Amino acid sequence: MSHLVADKLNMRFTTPAGATVHALQDISFTLSKGELLSVLGPSGCGKTTLLNIIAGFLRPTSGRLQLDENEINGPGVDRGMVFQQGALFEWLTVAENVNFGLRMKKFPPVQTAKKVTEWLEIVGLQGFGDTPTYQLSGGMQQRIALARCLINDPDLILMDEPLGALDALTREKMQSLILKIWQETGKTIMIITHSVEEALLLGERLFVMAPRPGRLHHQYRLPFAAQGISRDLREIKNTPDFTSTREEILSMIWNMEAEIMGKANMA
Amino acid sequence: MIVSTLTIVLVILLIWSVYYGRNIVRTEKTDAVFGNPSRALRGWHWVIAGATSIMLLWFYFSWDIARAFIPTSGNELCQVAKLNRAVNPIRANFPLDNRLLRGTLLLQRDKEQIQLLQQQLDKMNFAPDESPELRSIIKAMDGVLTAQTDPAKIDPQIVAQFDNIAMRISYLVDQMSVPNYPGKPDFTEQAQAMKQSDWGAGTIELPVLPMTDRGRKFAAASLVMHQIAKDYMAIRNNGATITKQLAEIRTRYQNFVVRPVEDAAIMAQHKRFIRQIDKIYKRIDDGKIFPPGLTQAVEAALIRLDQEQHRQQGTLFYIDALIMPGGTIMAGNSACSEQGAGRWLPKPSDTFKTFLRLADPAVGYKGTPLLWYEMRPVAEIVAWVIPDWLPELMPGEYPRHNSQGIIVNNIKSKTYNFATGNYNSLSVPFPIGHIWDSVVRVLAGLLLGIIFGVPLGLFMGLSRFAKGYFDPLIELYRPVPPLAWAPLVLTIFGIHDDGKIFLLFMVAFAIMVISARTGATGTQLSKVHAAHSLGASNWQILRQVILPNSLPEILTGIRIAIGVCWGTLVAAEMLAGTTGIGFIENVARKQSDYEIIWVTIILLGVLGLLFDLIMRWVIARAIPWRGKG
Repeated sequence: MSHLVADKLNMRFTTPAGATVHALQDISFTLSKGELLSVLGPSGCGKTTLLNIIAGFLRPTSGRLQLDENEINGPGVDRGMVFQQGALFEWLTVAENVNFGLRMKKFPPVQTAKKVTEWLEIVGLQGFGDTPTYQLSGGMQQRIALARCLINDPDLILMDEPLGALDALTREKMQSLILKIWQETGKTIMIITHSVEEALLLGERLFVMAPRPGRLHHQYRLPFAAQGISRDLREIKNTPDFTSTREEILSMIWNMEAEIMGKANMA
Repeated sequence: MIVSTLTIVLVILLIWSVYYGRNIVRTEKTDAVFGNPSRALRGWHWVIAGATSIMLLWFYFSWDIARAFIPTSGNELCQVAKLNRAVNPIRANFPLDNRLLRGTLLLQRDKEQIQLLQQQLDKMNFAPDESPELRSIIKAMDGVLTAQTDPAKIDPQIVAQFDNIAMRISYLVDQMSVPNYPGKPDFTEQAQAMKQSDWGAGTIELPVLPMTDRGRKFAAASLVMHQIAKDYMAIRNNGATITKQLAEIRTRYQNFVVRPVEDAAIMAQHKRFIRQIDKIYKRIDDGKIFPPGLTQAVEAALIRLDQEQHRQQGTLFYIDALIMPGGTIMAGNSACSEQGAGRWLPKPSDTFKTFLRLADPAVGYKGTPLLWYEMRPVAEIVAWVIPDWLPELMPGEYPRHNSQGIIVNNIKSKTYNFATGNYNSLSVPFPIGHIWDSVVRVLAGLLLGIIFGVPLGLFMGLSRFAKGYFDPLIELYRPVPPLAWAPLVLTIFGIHDDGKIFLLFMVAFAIMVISARTGATGTQLSKVHAAHSLGASNWQILRQVILPNSLPEILTGIRIAIGVCWGTLVAAEMLAGTTGIGFIENVARKQSDYEIIWVTIILLGVLGLLFDLIMRWVIARAIPWRGKG
């Protein structure tokens, strides 16, 4: 049974200058429970807009959006969100950050403390509970953001370029972590990324979006995420299958970019 | 003793800190590049150097160093000042301190006036027979003036008088050069001199009777010189010929009757012209113009006196020039006084003594101590928290007296007594005093500003309506200098604490609104989004995300607000009120009591610094993430 249903989502903005921007056009897709979806596309194709609509921060101009047959109507605890810069609360310690969602729901502190310890262990931050977040590295901060989101037990996890600001090494570790969590929790996850490799690795399904107007251009079903659970990620990257898919998608995006540039030049 | 020790300590500290600083620069070879901001880090030894420099400058310019190291110099220079004062009436006649000889100056002025009279005469419309007479009178005056400067026409008696003066001055100079002049001191005189209080210790600034041999020399010379000067001033150039000529002129213009003219204005003009002649006549009659060579002997004697005085002063001259900057000691009729920077810059030691005097709770200032405590019943302290309308809620009526003249309290009157603090309770020490009053006013105004300003500021940062609606209100009153509001506010709320606290509230409120608004506006949207998706309600987001996120701006706002409130408070206290540091300064200003003014200035500075240090500490503790996010 389908979990997340998007039906003909449209998003139009009017800029202050009066021009209408068609950010999303007729986006329709369904996502089953436990699926890992990555969304890829050149900048300005409406990836983040789509994510914000699903998160409930934005309301689509038209179209229907359902999670477990409930209309999405504003932000909610059923959809957890991880941001590019972590968006941690600097005035709280690591444990307090992770605990934030439970505290807002006024769970008894003794219970939550246990859960926080568990989650810190899962993301590999045991013993950092009392550290202020601003003393940690970018990778560690992103782990806190992940734990803070997951402790709430959301049905759907939305990630907006979660690894974009990390260095290559940390990035690879985090990719493994995300795959591990996906496998262990069986959560539905939607990741937005601008790295083709990452999209291939972290996408059971992959949407390639095209800009102006923002639309779904191509959909893939990929084996790499499932492989990544048991195999080394670097090994997968070197398989001929992986490289050929990567080249295909890259040339697709290059063509799109060229098209946009051409349009801009004509205008 | 204390001041001299302190001065030496300060000098040593200054030299040490400069040496230490130079040494660090020499050993620190890394990043020795101009423009590297990390070279401005640390350097507390320069703080010591700066602080000691300021203290030393203060000690120096207020002559505290002079008084501490050479306490007798004040008394000795007082005697020198006496001689200067005595010789000055003669000295002023010669081009020693002035450009021109006094006679030359007078002659120049009188000649100019006479010339002017001659020119005016033609425009005066006197009758044809009047003009020649007046012209002749003016010409005669000019003639007398010329005769006064002619050595051939001078009365020999006057020449003898000048010679006498020159001789007496020379004699005084000779005597001064004798080592034991003016002889052994009189016993009672010396006892009296020794009984005087020290420099700056008594009610008069400087002990006036000479206490040293050198001082007695100058004191004795000043007495002699005083008589010589008196005699010199009595000399007038009024020999028989000149007196006769002057008398003639006087009779002529006094007998001159101004003929009536129809035009009253012209008539008045004519009378004024005669008065002008009279004025110039009187100047010439003074007889202060002499032949140029006549006073030369006196001038030479004065120069000799000058040299001898300089020789006798010895080190005193250098003391005066070097460690008493910005002026010197002057002698008056009955006392000597410091005429230098010390007029407005009191000595640190005196200022500290004044502070100690004010700090004594038994003395205080205008009946209020600076900072002390008094025992006050708890009931009275908490009474202002309990609303006075509380008894009105109670049933029944206030009691009335009965026929026996007894008043029986009931629930209503008992509640009233409770609300007004009128019952027996424990007494606890409660702070009072000028400093306490000022601090309480600032903190009360600030607290009100925070309580009302921060919520409104956050609201304005988050809502288009609130920003637009309240912006005109705040932006219209905020740019007005707080003191411009003071007269109005003090009229409405009274000169007591209410008015001042309201004024400070206005200051703090605007600053807090703006800083809280800036803080709220600066909240990262992703943090708000994160909190939303973590299930926080709107109120929780405001309380748990936006408020802590605005804390850096709010705390900075508080730090600024304290400073501005402090400044406004002092000015407000100067306008009205009977307590507070500003009040002290205002009263001291009216009395020109610079020591108290400096005490208040230093108190204000130290307390302001204390506030700022506390705020810095709070900021470091409360928002350690600032600049690291």
